[in-house]
Amino acid sequence: MSTATIHPMSDSLTMLRRQLRHSVRNMSTLFNAVFFPIIMLLMFVYIFGGAFNVGVEYVQYVFPGILTMTIAYGVSMTAITVNNDMTQGIIDRFRTMAISRASVLTGHAGGALIRTLAGVTVITLVALLMGFEPNAEFGEWVLAVLLSAFLILGMAWMVIAFGLKAKTVEGASFAAFPLLFLPFMSSAFAPASTMPAGIRWFTDNQPFTPIIETMRGLLTGTPIGNSGLAAVLWCTGLLLAGYAWARRAYATSGR
Amino acid sequence: MKIRPAIEATGLRKSFGDKLVLDGIDIVVPAGSIYSLLGPNGAGKTTAVKIMSSLIPADSGEVWIDGHDLATDPNFVRASIGVTGQFSAVDDMLTGRENLRLMAELNHLGKREGRRRAEDLLERFDLAEAAKKSPAQYSGGMRRRLDLAMTLVGDPRVIFLDEPTTGLDPRSRRTMWEIIRGLAADGVTIFLTTQYLDEADELADRIAVLDNGKLVAQGTAAQLKQLIPGGHVELRFADTLALRAAARVLDGGRVDEAALTLQVPSDGDVASVRALLDRLRDARVENASLAVHTPDLDDVFFALTGHPTLDTQQEKETV
Ligand SMILES: Nc1ncnc2c1ncn2[C@@H]1O[C@H](COP(=O)(O)OP(=O)(O)O)[C@@H](O)[C@H]1O
Ligand SMILES: [Mg+2]
Repeated sequence: MSTATIHPMSDSLTMLRRQLRHSVRNMSTLFNAVFFPIIMLLMFVYIFGGAFNVGVEYVQYVFPGILTMTIAYGVSMTAITVNNDMTQGIIDRFRTMAISRASVLTGHAGGALIRTLAGVTVITLVALLMGFEPNAEFGEWVLAVLLSAFLILGMAWMVIAFGLKAKTVEGASFAAFPLLFLPFMSSAFAPASTMPAGIRWFTDNQPFTPIIETMRGLLTGTPIGNSGLAAVLWCTGLLLAGYAWARRAYATSGR
Repeated sequence: MKIRPAIEATGLRKSFGDKLVLDGIDIVVPAGSIYSLLGPNGAGKTTAVKIMSSLIPADSGEVWIDGHDLATDPNFVRASIGVTGQFSAVDDMLTGRENLRLMAELNHLGKREGRRRAEDLLERFDLAEAAKKSPAQYSGGMRRRLDLAMTLVGDPRVIFLDEPTTGLDPRSRRTMWEIIRGLAADGVTIFLTTQYLDEADELADRIAVLDNGKLVAQGTAAQLKQLIPGGHVELRFADTLALRAAARVLDGGRVDEAALTLQVPSDGDVASVRALLDRLRDARVENASLAVHTPDLDDVFFALTGHPTLDTQQEKETV
């Protein structure tokens, strides 16, 4: 029987269920994904925090940055899950089946979203226990969650493309390195205005700074200004470029 | 509409960079038959399978499968075929059963039918006991069986098997052969690649030999065997005296004085080998050891192409 009706929705849900199963079975990765940000939060608040003069309780200042790092860290794991699919040959199996071509990747993106939002929830609870006092209204909370989701998906599609392109798992994790590194070169830990000129230029113009500033504004009421628009543009750009690149890498893999 | 064979490929060409891998090959496989592409490592077998199963495009040439043009209707082709690649493609984070159910979901079989089909295949491929385990804990033969079972969930009419028994122990190899024969008996068309002449001989209705990007011979196993020299029995002796005595008794053999061996043409069946040994015993010649050599891929290649397989060539070059 040769029917060739393609079911994008149901295929994507099947692939998402597969990803969630993987996540639940890979507790150590899941644990790692929140453990590292928690350690960062503790270190910056209780050890280094005193050295920064940011005008408010340090946890108030640093949490939005740590939140963004949690997102970056959580999403970076997807490079490895995608690359595993690739090296295990299962992607080649999927590519010979009459299923929606996007579904495998949508499954990975959805998996990254759910996994990372879970990590975000945990780190937020930890911060609240440590004395973080958000002043966000309901609407601002909603916007903060939407921005998180938008950022997760934007980065996830980029990372999926990296994972498809990398020849080895090591290569895939290396490709995700900028995600872990860029937040350190942003306004996450200290205001950009306190930095030397050259570094400041870089900090001002990389995606994490406006995203963190927007998050900080939404959660603690600092002024957002142009950062909001810049954050949305960066996320949109990442999403579109990552999606196009990943779809292409999937269609042409193995050539 | 013209009625086409289950697989029809014409003029397939493919290069990677400036390395020409397929230099215009034609393949025709009638529905319900087993076709074997025989060739040594690096001959281009996997490349041919990848092209015909829609994984990579050919540089030129046409592929029609189950009446669909791969170039214009790839999804129709994908709905007709099942592919078991050279390396297993199973999900180690799921159990064997879950792997099969995943395939059932992707084939939109419906929950109940999907479950039934998964259980059927587990039973049929002797995986029921290991159904709850991860394939990472399976033996090579079990992994290969799960791999093939996953391919069969969607009930494909045409199956591609890329070296299905390479690396398996003889027993698992036999089991795999039984499964493949069973599929063919059910009317499934099978395209299989192999490095082993005996495997092609055992299974295929038609064999094609791939060398240097071209099909250098096609035909039934019997037709191919007529092209190659028969096998022989190699007798080894303790000393030159015995070797020469044996050579006198069994004339027509090839004597190698340095190795103290005598090669006598033989198809290797017990009766003729026994007769050979009886003649030596009657002449009171003691042979130290005996080895039966049946024609293999190397012989086919040597006969058809005048050069040994790439593998043996490389071995010789590196020596
Ligand atoms: N993606 C690729 N890029 C470059 N060369 C390749 C690629 N795939 C296969 N080859 C080369 O093509 C030749 C045939 O490979 P393959 O089809 O895998 O042979 P076989 O399956 O018969 O062992 C080999 O020399 C191999 O190195
Ligand atoms: Mg191969």
